[in-house]
This record gives sequence, structure tokens and C-alpha cells, in this order.
Amino acid sequence: MSATVIPATEYESAYLAAFAGATLPGGARLGRTRQAAIERFGALGFPTTHNEAWKYTNLAPFLKTPYQPAPAAAFTGELPAASPGAVRLVFVSGRFAPELSTTHTLAGLKISRFKEAFTRRSIVDRIGATATFETNAMVALNTAMFEDGALVEVADGAVLDAPVELLFVATGEGSVAYPRNLIIAGRDSQARIVETYLGPGGARYFTAAVSEVLVADGAVIEHYKLQEESEAALHFGMLAVRQGASSNFVSHNIAFGGALARNEIAVVLEGEGADCNLNGLYVTGGRQHVDNYTTLDHAQPHTTSHELYKGVLDGTSQAVFHGRIIVRPEAQKTDAIQRNKNLLLSDGAVINTKPQLEIYADDVKCTHGATVGQVDADAIFYLRSRGIPLAEARSLLTYAFTNEMIGTMKVESVRARLGPLLLRRLAGGGA
Amino acid sequence: MLLEIKNLQARVADKPILKGIDLALDAGQVHAIMGPNGSGKSTLAGVLAGREVYAVTGGEVLYEGADLLAMKPEERASAGIFMAFQYPVEIPGVSNMYFLRAALNAQRKARGLEELDAMDFLALVKDKAKLLGLDETLLSRPVNEGFSGGEKKRNEIFQMAVLEPRLAILDETDSGLDIDALKAVAVGINAMRSPERGMIVVTHYQRLLSYVVPDFVHVMHNGRIVRSGGKELALELERVGYAWLEEQAAVGS
Repeated sequence: MSATVIPATEYESAYLAAFAGATLPGGARLGRTRQAAIERFGALGFPTTHNEAWKYTNLAPFLKTPYQPAPAAAFTGELPAASPGAVRLVFVSGRFAPELSTTHTLAGLKISRFKEAFTRRSIVDRIGATATFETNAMVALNTAMFEDGALVEVADGAVLDAPVELLFVATGEGSVAYPRNLIIAGRDSQARIVETYLGPGGARYFTAAVSEVLVADGAVIEHYKLQEESEAALHFGMLAVRQGASSNFVSHNIAFGGALARNEIAVVLEGEGADCNLNGLYVTGGRQHVDNYTTLDHAQPHTTSHELYKGVLDGTSQAVFHGRIIVRPEAQKTDAIQRNKNLLLSDGAVINTKPQLEIYADDVKCTHGATVGQVDADAIFYLRSRGIPLAEARSLLTYAFTNEMIGTMKVESVRARLGPLLLRRLAGGGA
Repeated sequence: MLLEIKNLQARVADKPILKGIDLALDAGQVHAIMGPNGSGKSTLAGVLAGREVYAVTGGEVLYEGADLLAMKPEERASAGIFMAFQYPVEIPGVSNMYFLRAALNAQRKARGLEELDAMDFLALVKDKAKLLGLDETLLSRPVNEGFSGGEKKRNEIFQMAVLEPRLAILDETDSGLDIDALKAVAVGINAMRSPERGMIVVTHYQRLLSYVVPDFVHVMHNGRIVRSGGKELALELERVGYAWLEEQAAVGS
């Protein structure tokens, strides 16, 4: 495309070449953003374990063979059932699939393919404004390479009466896709957004997704991310959120899939009285590795955050929970609670849990705690004494541990799907 | 004979707790096991239910003629043994209904019976709850979570009523109950008395036995049954307490 970039390591060169050879949508303005992004990607390089934020997650084994841009492919598999009345956009290997998507809309909702909005300057200007790529190579790569995704705009005061569902389906073996979404929730609006990431069983591919969410003053947004990638996939996701005054944002981050999955959430509470809930559940088995890296940035007074991440680990799987909380000097009366609870089902499973609190204000309440344990032996005996066999008792108690997270979800179709999915997974002893 | 315990010995870690228990119980009988704290009453109940912290070091237990000690806890339950826990376990995230249905169907499956569907189960459960005067809202709440002491004990009796065991072992079901809760629990237990069912009532106090009148009373001390008698023995113990056991032990040694 233009200036040559010298890659940081050998792994980047294929991606830089792909950028140079690609015809990417968008005008000159977006082109400049893409160029700046690919340069940052080249300079930063893929993260390594020398990077403090990636200390426990080693990408290297997954990068040896470069992933190729996905060829256009049809999807013939089965998609999860939609919620009644839901507006649904489906992307297959990063490309919009109209035959799988709905055509109706909801009062107060404007939804389109991202690609169709590249002529709107106000939209293009927002790309990368929330999910900044200066220090994040993965976000930089997505920003440079993305082709499509969903643009969701909720009008001021609108209350959507059905969820918006965005599905990203991978198809090609050895391929990479860069889904990108922008969600703009107007003042006092209310919406529920469900992002689902899926792929064919056993397929080796790479998804690098970024979603930016702007939550205006007084808006109430519930966001779901259901990561059900193939057990051989590499997944990266960034959910970057800005919250206005007295807004409420709830994230449900569910991670089942991937050989290696890294999920980042970065929320800036930049309006007074903003409230954020981050709920997470990761269920891993086999040799899976799931990394959750969350940042809650309290930038204004009277902001509150509640974070609860629960993990169930089996086999020789590994998981990471890194919870960063920043309280800016002006963010007095901040109230932040962070908890991470883990259940280890096998001796070989490993959890690394790390709170990182950076508090620059003096009148704040910040608490954090992490637990790691096994299924309670007394509870197992109680169930067995009632006739429930050992294996079933264990999986029932493990399910019970995860059930709390499902209980917090408001979209019925998600709850109805996750319950049995969890039971099956836990009965099967992980992945 | 429903249950025969012969010279049963058990320990926790390196500490011998049961030092040779002999007891025979027939269907239709209620046996009370009394004794001071630390006498081994709850250990006996735990060994019968299959609690793994207790290592059996000698003797045998026959349940309907079969070797009980060779059975897993869930197999004992399916064979008709039920223990009401002294400290029922809280299980957040699982509703009482779900738990009980899983238990009942696991037992039915083990016995080669068809599993009950949700409708039939609901009818059964409502019926039993009514019988015990149990608040129906307890059914949809997570197992024992946030229950009062009395609610927990009543929930144990409720489970017993749904599971209909052949042998019920009630481990200090009366402890921590006020008189109203105690009466309610006793009504539940008495409703379950039948010629086909045996019961072992483990208790420290005579109180419960005023409402659930036993056929036999055994006094345990220091890992042994030191006296057995009829229901009048419980009343005698209420009068004289357990101090005489220490004197007897001192004389005997």
C-alpha cells in the first residue's frame, strides 16, 4: 500500500505483506488510520511473554504458520436459535452473510454493515477512538485489516424490545478474520447486544475481533460475548467501552472455546455516576489456555464497578485473570469490587490470577479477592448420600458454581442455551 | 434382620472412635442411640452412611444380609439407606427441587425403575411438603442456602419423605431446634414410621424421644454401647445425666 515497515519479529512479515497486498474498504481518511495502525503493529510486533500484560500467555506456538486471509466460503452448519424478535447479523469468515441474517429492524435501532458506513465521517472518526491501538498490537492489526462487522446505533431514549445478535462464524482452516463492531448507544437508551464467536470443530484458524461501545449519559447496555471457537482456534477479542454520566454497562464474557483465547475488556467510566458490571465465566479443559485481561478506568467521581469472574479448569488447561482497576485523582467516591473465583477439577490445571489496583484518589472503596479451590468434599458426600453417583455429583456441583453467572443474564435465549451447554461440557469433563 | 452391626471398629486418622459396636435392628423398629459428646454416636451414623473420613478397622455391617461396608455411599442410598445430617450442607446454585429430583431419579435408575418426569415429581413433592407442613417456597430455593437451623432440619425430613428409605438414620436431628421446630420435625418423623421401615435416632437429649418414642434405647460411651434398654432408659438418662458413665469407666479401669 505505501511505506515499508520493518517487522519486529519474523512472525509479523506475513501480516504486513497481507496488508500491502490487500484492497481494503474505506476512503482516504480510514486509509490513513489503517496505515498508522499497521505501522504500530509492525513496530510493536505480536506480544510476547516479556510483555508484562502477556506474561502468562505465549502466542509464539500459534504464530509459526501464518494465518491467511479467509477465502469467501458458504456456511452450512447450524447456528444457535435466535431470541424472539431479535435482529441478527451473521458474518462468515469476516464477510456479511445476508442469507443468514434478519432483515427487520426495531424501533429506535439503526443497524447496518460497518462497511456501508465508511462514507460517514462521524463514524470513521470513531474508529480507534475507544479501542486505541498505540500500545496494543492486536488491536492495531485489526484496525489495519478489518473489512466488515456491525454498526449498531441506538437512538436517544430508545428502548429496544429485543436483543441485537451479532454472529461471527469461522470456516477456513488456517485462515484469519478481523471482525469489527461499533456500538453507539444514545442518551437514556437501552439495548442488549449478543456477540457470538463460533467455528467448525477441530479447525485451526485465527479470529482477531474488536468491538467499540459508546454508552451515552443515562444509557443502559447489556453486552454478551459468547466465545465458542473451535478447540484448535486462536482467538483475540477486545471490548472497549466508554461510559457517560449515570450510564450502566453490563458485560457477560463467556469463554468456552479456543486452543488459546485472550479476551480484553477496557472500560472507561468517564461520566459521573457511571456504573459497570463485568461478569465472566471461563470453562477450560484439555490443553486450552484462556486469558482474561480487564481494565476498569474510574475517571470521574461516584463511579462504581462490580467485577466477578469465575473459572472452571480441567485437564492441563490454563487460565489467566488479570484485573486492573485505575482510580484517577478526580474520581473520588469510587466504589470498586473485584472478585475472581476458580474451581480446579484436576491436578494439572493452572490458574494465574492477578489484581492490579492503581489508586490515585483518597476517598474511595476498592476491594478485591481471589479464590482457588476444588469441589467441596462435604457437598459431594451429601449428594452421594442421597443416591447421586460420584461423577454426577461432581458435575452437578461444578454446574452450580457456574450457575450464578447465568443467573445474572437477562436474555432468556442465552440462558436457555448456556445451561445445557454447560451441563454437557461439565459432564464430559471439559473440552 | 434389616441391619446387623457386629463388633464394628472405626477410626479417624490415627484415633480409634468406635471400639466394637454390636447392634441388631429389624424393620418397624426405632432405636435411639444416646450418649455424651464424643462418645462416637455421630461416627457410627457416618460409617453407616459411608462417610470416607472414617476408616473401618474391624467388624462387619450387614444390611438386608448384604455387606454394607463394601457399598459406595450412593449405592447405600439406592439400597434404601438415608441419613439426615446433623449439619446439612448448603449448595448454592442448585434448587431443592432439582436436587431432589436428581436424587430420586438416580435411586430409581439404580433400582431399574423408570425415572419420574417433571409433572409426576412435582405432584409427589407437593404432596410430601403438605404432609410435613413445609413452606413451598423452600422448594425452589437453593439447597439449604440461607435456611434457618429449623428449616434445614425440616428439609432433611422432607428429603426422607420423598426418598422413602428402608432404613433412616437421624443424626442429632433435634440439635439447635426450638420446641416448635422440634415438634414439627417429630411429626414428620412419626409420619414416616412404618412396619417396613427401621430408624436409628441419634441424640444427645431425651427431648426428641418424648415425641418420637423409641422401641429400644442404647447408650454409647467411649466408642462402645454400654447399656441398652427400652424407652424408659431415655427417661432415666434425662434424670441422672451421663456422669455415671465416667464413674463406671473409672471403676472398670
